[in-house]
Amino acid sequence: MAMLSFERKYRVRGGTLIGGDMFDFWVGPFYVGFFGVTTIFFAALGTVLIVYGASQGPTWNLWQISIAPPDLKYGLGPAPMLEGGLWQVITICAIGAFVSWALREVEICRKLGIGYHVPITFGAAILAYVTLVVIRPLLLGAWGHGFPYGIYSHLDWVSNVAYQHLHFMYNPAHMVAVTFFFTTTLALSLHGALVLSAVNPAKGEKVKSPEHEDTFFRDAIGYSIGTLGIHRLGLLLAINAGVWSAICIVISGPFWNRSWPEWWDWWLRLPIWF
Amino acid sequence: MNIWTALVAFVAALLTVAMFVMADWDLPPVQNTQTGYRGTAMAEIDDIERLQVEIEANQLPDVPWELDTTGPRASEVYENVPALGHLSSDQFDRLMAAITEWVSPEEGCSYCHNDDNLASDEVYTKVVARRMLEMTWEINADWGEHVAETGVTCYTCHRGHPVPENVWFREDAPGPTRGWAGYTAGQNTVSVGLTSLQTDPFSTLLGDDGEIRVESLTALPTGHEASIQETERTYSLMVHMSEALGVNCTFCHNTRAVQDWAQSTPQRTTAWHGIDMVRDLNAIYLDPLQPVFPEARLGPLGDVAKANCTTCHQGVQKPLNGASMLGDYPSLRSAP
Repeated sequence: MAMLSFERKYRVRGGTLIGGDMFDFWVGPFYVGFFGVTTIFFAALGTVLIVYGASQGPTWNLWQISIAPPDLKYGLGPAPMLEGGLWQVITICAIGAFVSWALREVEICRKLGIGYHVPITFGAAILAYVTLVVIRPLLLGAWGHGFPYGIYSHLDWVSNVAYQHLHFMYNPAHMVAVTFFFTTTLALSLHGALVLSAVNPAKGEKVKSPEHEDTFFRDAIGYSIGTLGIHRLGLLLAINAGVWSAICIVISGPFWNRSWPEWWDWWLRLPIWF
Repeated sequence: MNIWTALVAFVAALLTVAMFVMADWDLPPVQNTQTGYRGTAMAEIDDIERLQVEIEANQLPDVPWELDTTGPRASEVYENVPALGHLSSDQFDRLMAAITEWVSPEEGCSYCHNDDNLASDEVYTKVVARRMLEMTWEINADWGEHVAETGVTCYTCHRGHPVPENVWFREDAPGPTRGWAGYTAGQNTVSVGLTSLQTDPFSTLLGDDGEIRVESLTALPTGHEASIQETERTYSLMVHMSEALGVNCTFCHNTRAVQDWAQSTPQRTTAWHGIDMVRDLNAIYLDPLQPVFPEARLGPLGDVAKANCTTCHQGVQKPLNGASMLGDYPSLRSAP
């Protein structure tokens, strides 16, 4: 397979966290590394277990297959395989695969000699997942509070968790998280539109430079954050979206178990309302 | 730093501190109760300390003395006892003593009676009390789908208060457009359960037979008639029911399809009968008492205080945590 121009810099020995030179090789265009191996292991095992769970379930309909967590009565203990035990093992596999992938990113960063921005950002997404299926269930005292692994079933879970607090839109951290998610997509769409316009000029015109891009936004909204700045902004927004969604769910139940509208009582009790 | 920036930062910091310090946060552990299939998130998550407070707040009052149903009838001993004349005079006295403790412990007998002539009906509260006895009989005899064998007594609602603490009156219909804020539809103010939903879902849904079912049954909004105001009115009533029982929506509903009985819990059936019961009590027993009450007891629109779920439940799933008082007061079980 042909090598991309920048790959020569990337294909250097070293930078591994574990395993020394043993897994420090490439398969085609893909770097392997110790964590590449563990990623494959956990991802394959987890997938096989999901398929096995589906085979023991009532349907092969892709939308409806669901691997549900145990009943609450099992608390923080292990459950029988077909009554939530599978969910527990698959959760271990998922965390193993996600964390392995993040560490593989770290190794690649080290090879490239760049900062750890990418694994840290991915870490925010992993944090959100781990909060949902480990941290919050631990705080609530039962693995059964994790979400089921199924396309429809996890959405039904989200709906019911929201209605456990009567009206989830009153959750202050949820408000912040939603705002960050929407702002992330807004920033990405503005940035993507700008870049695509700049690099796809009309026939006969030249590709536009960053100067042109800055000028466009200075004309449009009086300010351009710049070519480097937009990526810093995107990083900030994306990490915050993940972290605040983790916060909004970890407080729902362990630290606030009534309706979210009732939480705002503190505002009504502020000594400024005479 | 600009003075305004500093001021905004200061206020933001104060508010942040306030939401940590003043909000009534709970700390783990919690009490879990699963109400649906595993993984559906149908569960109650409760503050253990709060449950303890509820248990203490829902203790039964003491029984005045041992029940004795023998001896002369009250109708032979007292005058003007049309409702309870069939009881023994001892049982009658015992019930009067209990009702005084339940309803007017501070005001005593004279809250309902003319001290000089206990038989007189001149004090309006005595007329109301007699009607309330009849209401209690109907609830216990005819609404078993909702109150089961547990039943209710005066204490279920009154809890030592002459007027039950949790009642509602009809509110003024939303006024005309005021400034740019427009038609508020009785919303956008601190409302049921501290939401900003409609403040008075009760007039239409518990005082009249308004339509509670507003959910579209088709994936696309084809032929769906309910307005946003109607759906929020239903939401407001549902928040009220949750707050009244101290449970969340998943206690009755699987919210993936809240209208579907097949996916709902059995408790939803009990609640459905409860809505029916409250409408019936408001229409047949409470509203018609309007001419009996003095003006000071009536609401802004001149109607009597009416019942909703909180009137009996008072924050717990089963009033008084499911303890029945009918064993001690069999005369309240049904009309003679």
